[in-house]
Amino acid sequence: MRRSSTKKTGQPASAVSLNSSASDLFRSASSKATSKELERIDQLFSTYADGSSGLIDPEGIEALCSDMEVDHTDVRILMVAWKMRAERQGYFTVDEWRRGLKSLRADTVSKLKKALPELEKEVRRPSNFVDFHAYSFRYCLTEEKQKSIDIESICELLDLVLGSLYRAQVDYFVEYLKTQTDYKVINMDQWMGFLRFCNEISFPDFSNYNPELAWPLILDNFVEWMREKQG
Amino acid sequence: MVVNKIDLEQGWEIMQKGIMKLKNILEGLPETGISSEEYMTLYTTVYNMCTQKPPHDYSQQLYDKYRESLEEYLISTVLPSLKEKHDEFMLRELVKRRANYNTMVESLSNWFSYMDRSIVQRHSLQPLKEVGLTCFCKLVYQELKVKVRDAVISLIDREREGEQIDRALLKNILDIFVEIGTEEMDYYENDFEEALLKDSATYYSSKASGWISDEDFSPDYMLKAEECLKQEKDRISRYLLSSSVPKLLEKVQHVLWSVYANQLLEKEHSGYHGLLADDKVEILSRMLRVFSEVPIFLDTLANTFKQHVTYEGIALVNKEDAAGGTADEKVVGLHKQVFVRELIELHDKYVAFVSERFQNQKLFHKALKEALEALCNKGVGGSSIAELLATFCDNILKKRSSERLSDKAIEETLEKVVTLLAYISDKDLFAEFYRKKLARRLLFDKSANDDHERSILTKLKQQCGGQFTSKMEGMVSYGFDVSQGNQTSFEEYLSSNPNANPGIDLTVTVLTTGFWPSYKSFDLNLPAEMVKCVEVFREFYQTKTKHRKLTWIYSLGTCNIIGKFEQKTVDLIVTPYQASALLLFNSSDKLSYSEIMTQLNLTDDDVVRLLHSLSCAKYKILNKEPNTKSIASTDHFEFNFKFTDKMRRIKIPLPPVDEKKKVIEDVDKDRRYAIDASIVRIMKSRKVLGHQQLVMECVEQLGRMFKPDFKAIKKRIEDLITRDYLERDKDNPNLFRYLA
Repeated sequence: MRRSSTKKTGQPASAVSLNSSASDLFRSASSKATSKELERIDQLFSTYADGSSGLIDPEGIEALCSDMEVDHTDVRILMVAWKMRAERQGYFTVDEWRRGLKSLRADTVSKLKKALPELEKEVRRPSNFVDFHAYSFRYCLTEEKQKSIDIESICELLDLVLGSLYRAQVDYFVEYLKTQTDYKVINMDQWMGFLRFCNEISFPDFSNYNPELAWPLILDNFVEWMREKQG
Repeated sequence: MVVNKIDLEQGWEIMQKGIMKLKNILEGLPETGISSEEYMTLYTTVYNMCTQKPPHDYSQQLYDKYRESLEEYLISTVLPSLKEKHDEFMLRELVKRRANYNTMVESLSNWFSYMDRSIVQRHSLQPLKEVGLTCFCKLVYQELKVKVRDAVISLIDREREGEQIDRALLKNILDIFVEIGTEEMDYYENDFEEALLKDSATYYSSKASGWISDEDFSPDYMLKAEECLKQEKDRISRYLLSSSVPKLLEKVQHVLWSVYANQLLEKEHSGYHGLLADDKVEILSRMLRVFSEVPIFLDTLANTFKQHVTYEGIALVNKEDAAGGTADEKVVGLHKQVFVRELIELHDKYVAFVSERFQNQKLFHKALKEALEALCNKGVGGSSIAELLATFCDNILKKRSSERLSDKAIEETLEKVVTLLAYISDKDLFAEFYRKKLARRLLFDKSANDDHERSILTKLKQQCGGQFTSKMEGMVSYGFDVSQGNQTSFEEYLSSNPNANPGIDLTVTVLTTGFWPSYKSFDLNLPAEMVKCVEVFREFYQTKTKHRKLTWIYSLGTCNIIGKFEQKTVDLIVTPYQASALLLFNSSDKLSYSEIMTQLNLTDDDVVRLLHSLSCAKYKILNKEPNTKSIASTDHFEFNFKFTDKMRRIKIPLPPVDEKKKVIEDVDKDRRYAIDASIVRIMKSRKVLGHQQLVMECVEQLGRMFKPDFKAIKKRIEDLITRDYLERDKDNPNLFRYLA
């Protein structure tokens, strides 16, 4: 087999594969997707997309998830959406798809699946996590001009996004949210406040919590409730 | 004339002669005074010696010799004479010797004064007179200061014991202490004053212990304490420096206090509270005079006073709570009147206390204010004091008041109510209750006297600001005048449109929403006759203004109904609600509760109230089946043909719904707007502000009307964030930014 310089056209298949895998490696290393990759990404998109709308809809996402062997309620799907900067919950546009898969360097389902652990690590980095946390809230705002999320959904979202990081705080806060009657919805400010709360406040003694600072009122009430519980 | 060179020895001999002569004069030895020729010689000698060309310029040597002379004089003459004397004699000698020495320095520095202008300046040396002072200080003062001090203090103590002492001498000695320090008071304070204070403390401490007696508060002690303080002040003002006087008096007060304090607190039944009793007025004032500079006494007394007022206030509240147990509204109402009166009396009593017994001191004003504020913000028998005050005013201002007061008494009482208002933090609650009751008074023509109404508003305006009273003023001034105009045009309209006439005399009062309180309007189903009235007026009003909407408030209206009873016709004055119910019986003989409710389209509460007023109260216009005392939803009603009364016309009152809940709701709503507005106003001007500061400024801004709760403010801030008026700073969550 001649080892010729890389020229894409007119090469025997085996040579092509050898050479293109070399060039793939070369190109991945320099983080530029080849047009072949882009083609495969687009192809993948069309396998899951709905023909008439040109978008991947909830059904398509479910199919994708089952192919990846990941539950569609798994937080890692949300992370993928974050990577894509997907705007609408349950839907991926072709641009979003391309953006996400390109940056994950995945053009097949198996590569996408393999990219998940690294993605998780990336999201969990403190500088990214705040952004992810905010993103996950926005992602759930499905109606136009919607600014807050009902308690039920928030509890689920809390579990999904923060459950693995702050199990105890999430469990108690969820319990509180379900028992209190002051608030029927949670807004972005309160959502972000809770993350800050988990990061900064010592749990479960709350020794460094000062209600005279600008903590959202719902957290003041939560701390009071916890203290009463602890007796 | 040729000036010959003078050499040092020569020149100094001349000076020495002069110095010797001076010394002798000072010792009282027979000598002639220093003549002016001699003076001239001395001066010129110095001058020459200093102006000769080097190496014959003897300035430095002369300067040194000048000092040496002074030192020599002090060591050989002054000091020994002082050392051999003691106590008062030493002091006298010191004064004498000091004076002599001053003369010596004065003279010598005159003779040598050329040096002040030459070498002293050239080499920045100490001027001559200062040298004199320094020598004296070093050689005499430092040597003797302790002895002198002790001698002075012992004299002062002797005077305290009643001996006559030479005050002038003391003053002179103390002047020396001051003089030594020139500008600084260090010497005086460190070498003398400190020791004096200490000694005085000891002196009075042991003296005062002897005065304590067994009597409550030891009045003898206080008498003696006051007397001794007075005398001490009188004495020391004559010779001590004015700066020392207050320090010493304060010290003495403290000493007198510490001896006394134990005795005060040991007794069980006395203690501070006992001081407030009426029979202790004299001793209290004495204590306030004697211990005027003892903070611990004043603070504790103020605290006791505060507790005392609080205690009495709470007793009043408890009394009222207990009395409120009865169901009879009238009795309860009366009790509440009494409570307010008693509260006013309590206030007046303790204000007098502060001005008369506590010499109007700020500390006690503050204590009283705190006690009253805590008291006035309590609830009494389910109502806030704000509400009780509003009801109290209503009772005084309405016609047929149970109070029956003269005009002057009314004015005074209203004045006192307004004064009490200052202690209430929820002033807006008072305002709303007051406004509601004012509306009833004005609309039902129950106000006794327009002048009183206006006068209290003026007082409220002075106390709480224009914003507080603007709506009420609107009600009193404009509420009616405009309406009168309306009524006249309405009547003209009717006369020019005869087919529009509803067939019933109709008077409508149109209220401007802004001024008047808000009322719940119900969709009462009016009887046909009244419906026509409403329509006619509406049409008329349309001709006047197209841009206004009329909302009818039937609960505030009055109807005159002609009741054709068997015996005679009686005019019934009722509310539209009652009228609507009664008119139903024009077309039905008997109606059930539910039928009435459906036909009138009212709630159970309203139906029960209104049927009760017509069938279970004083005038039974309707017969109820079964004939029980209260209304049940299974009851049936019938027109009572047999009803009669000796009067031709009777009024059937419909007691108003308890406004309390609605008022509190309205006030809460207004507060939310007020807090919002305040936050936005503050943020608009500051642009960026920290949370705690924002809260603080908000509380301050709103303080005139009410005391906003921190949580409420927080909630409003969060709401404003959601509505995009503010945002949290990205880096500092405790900081807010205004979003234009």
